[in-house]
Amino acid sequence: MKPRQKRLLFVALAIVGVGTAATLALTALNSNISYFFSPTQVLANEAPQDRVFRLGGLVTEGSIQRQDDGLTVHFDVTDNAETVTVAYTGILPDLFSEGQGVVTKGRLGPDGVFYADEVLAKHDESYMPPEVESTLKTAQADGVSDTAETAGVSN
Amino acid sequence: MVPELGHFALILALAITLVQAVLPLAGSFTGNRTWMAMARPLAWGQLTFTSIAFGCLLLAFLTDDFSVIYVASNSNTLMPLIYKISAVWGAHEGSLLLWALMLAAWGAAVAAYSKNLPLPMVARVLAVMGMVAIGFLLFMLLTSNPFERIYPAPLEGRDLNPLLQDPGLAIHPPMLYMGYVGFSVAFAFAIAALLGGKLDAAWARWSRPWTAIAWVFLTIGIALGSWWSYYELGWGGWWFWDPVENASFMPWLVGTALIHSLAVTEKRAAFKSWTVLLAISAFSLSLLGTFLVRSGVLTSVHAFATDPARGSFILLFLCVVIGGSLALYAWRAADISGGGRFDLLSRESFLLINNLLFTALTILVLFGTLAPLIYEAAGWGKISVGFPWFNKMFVALSPLLVLATGIGPNTRWKHDEPARLLRALWLAAGLGIAAFLLVSWPGFSARDIGVGVGIGMSLWLVVTHLASLRDRLKHKGGLRALRRDINPSSRSYYGMQLAHLGLAVFIVGVTMVSNDGVETDVRMSPGDVHVHEASGYRFQFNGVTAVPGPNYRAQRGEFVVYDGEREIAVLHPEKRHYLSGGMPMTEAAIDAGLLRDIYISLGEPIGSSGDWALRLYYKPYVRWIWLGAILMALGATVSASDRRYRSVRNRAPAPAGAAEAVA
Repeated sequence: MKPRQKRLLFVALAIVGVGTAATLALTALNSNISYFFSPTQVLANEAPQDRVFRLGGLVTEGSIQRQDDGLTVHFDVTDNAETVTVAYTGILPDLFSEGQGVVTKGRLGPDGVFYADEVLAKHDESYMPPEVESTLKTAQADGVSDTAETAGVSN
Repeated sequence: MVPELGHFALILALAITLVQAVLPLAGSFTGNRTWMAMARPLAWGQLTFTSIAFGCLLLAFLTDDFSVIYVASNSNTLMPLIYKISAVWGAHEGSLLLWALMLAAWGAAVAAYSKNLPLPMVARVLAVMGMVAIGFLLFMLLTSNPFERIYPAPLEGRDLNPLLQDPGLAIHPPMLYMGYVGFSVAFAFAIAALLGGKLDAAWARWSRPWTAIAWVFLTIGIALGSWWSYYELGWGGWWFWDPVENASFMPWLVGTALIHSLAVTEKRAAFKSWTVLLAISAFSLSLLGTFLVRSGVLTSVHAFATDPARGSFILLFLCVVIGGSLALYAWRAADISGGGRFDLLSRESFLLINNLLFTALTILVLFGTLAPLIYEAAGWGKISVGFPWFNKMFVALSPLLVLATGIGPNTRWKHDEPARLLRALWLAAGLGIAAFLLVSWPGFSARDIGVGVGIGMSLWLVVTHLASLRDRLKHKGGLRALRRDINPSSRSYYGMQLAHLGLAVFIVGVTMVSNDGVETDVRMSPGDVHVHEASGYRFQFNGVTAVPGPNYRAQRGEFVVYDGEREIAVLHPEKRHYLSGGMPMTEAAIDAGLLRDIYISLGEPIGSSGDWALRLYYKPYVRWIWLGAILMALGATVSASDRRYRSVRNRAPAPAGAAEAVA
């Protein structure tokens, strides 16, 4: 093979390879990304019924209910306008507590309960997940929220 | 007084660095040897004053000087000495100072170990490193001064983030930074060569050991971080595809490509412009990593600094560095192309495949990391990319990579015969496939195939490298000559062997722990016994008691672990509440072994009868992951110490840039 042909072959192979890889990567990405929704959006039926998404907000005070038999726990997540109940089986992160910001990942059940298989609370008590922060701000700006409890959100 | 001294030293360091960035460079173009010769003493001066600044901050921590804001917010009188030291780089300002210190140290190291380099090259390299240092020193002085005072001084500091109070994390950031900053040397060499307009084998030979050493630090830094998160975060994961992990992984991937591409440039004078591009990319990604971490643009465990002024400064700096070097590259690259020709079947081809794959992996990680930002900026919604996607991408590409890694060392430079290659590789291929079949037979379930592929790939790597060794020694007297062949001038070869063996070990670790690990979350009452069906281990829970610590109170569980009837370990996982307040910390208890870890961590108490939610994990071969990383780092260290890189003069042609310097 002449050097020129060889180089062309290399380039062609590289393009085919990159093209294939990019297509596969994007296809796989599509099934692995999860969108974020607030309780208000969930109750407005904006969230998908059939796929995994993330739900975030504040854990409502006094809403954590541990089921006696095992590791299942129920709690409410609110954006100070609407509230969705979350069910989770497993060990909650250290930072999970009432009044704190939380992001959960899972599916919405037909009963309106969000069945989470992942609960993320960040490793810093003054940290607020950005999605949750903006959600709360939106809820406030819309005038739906009349509580002043979001003061801690600004930091 | 001491903090002001530190602040002043920092300003002096900046002044020196400004001269270092300009004078030697100007000298290298005008042929002024005095100006060029200034580069070395200036680099030492930069190191001296940056060290003084660092020493002042350290002293402030050791003397609990809470009138310094940074000390007050990251230290505490109760903290053990070692964490007072590591607290210096525990947060934003101090870690930048550490970064600047390391940059100065790398510069001084170049000044000290460049006796074989032509003076114009040294002058240019140190000038470029000076430019990078200006960026960091300015950043610190303008937006993140670690010496800022507070009045009135608080009586007690706020304590270091408890997560960071750990020996692993005390040395993780310095290692990582040594790696990041170390790529600035390869970068400076590349820019210097572009400025001089001469890229040759000698240039690659100078760059190789520096790049390898930086890569070693980065490898160890990443491995330490992985090990730390494994035992400290309390849920036994060793890699999360967290944006900050990705930020350190991207320079590593490009750095790996760079190491291999430099080999081709040195041996065959090929891939020149590509190598330069990789050197620029490796350092740019290090800077990008800093930007991602420090600006807090991404949702992440590590995003503890959120300040738009800092973010914009780094972004600007990033644009100047990347934009500037790419512009220079575009301007000069046309002059440096060419180099050795090679056939399709040659070692060059396989190293090219290596480079393409590592580049592809880097792009994938970069894309996955930035995708949430892209989506949000484009108004497509707020997304997160799940770690299964990253795993899939790596699982898809790594077999190709491993295949090439096995073939490459057995291939001749420039041209090889298919028949010869086949003779060299059939045994390895056969054994690899046999191992795959043996492990996967007869179930061929997803687990079996996964483990089979992993073990097959590892065996393939080991056997191909033995074949390469055999081929190397064939004309030297066979295996008996091995002892004689291992000498200072063959270290780059044996380093390669060691590093690739590390890859094989790493693959075994990842394969086994991903496929055969058992992770159970259970609720247990004191006295309960839980049995892991798959591994046969029995866990007996003896309840939780309260224990005091130096600056925390702990709840400590006791577990007795049995293998069958035999008692193998008594483990004490803890839940710690730091006196300074804040979040509780989970300290996992681990019974470590070469073939498996037993990992227990406390979740939370349930009810009032002493029940706890617990994590009982069985992690087969998990140590092999870090062992593999250690072997890789060791291999690169051995390789960097090859004598050929030091006795450059004998073989190097006319030093780059010397002609114009004389003119």
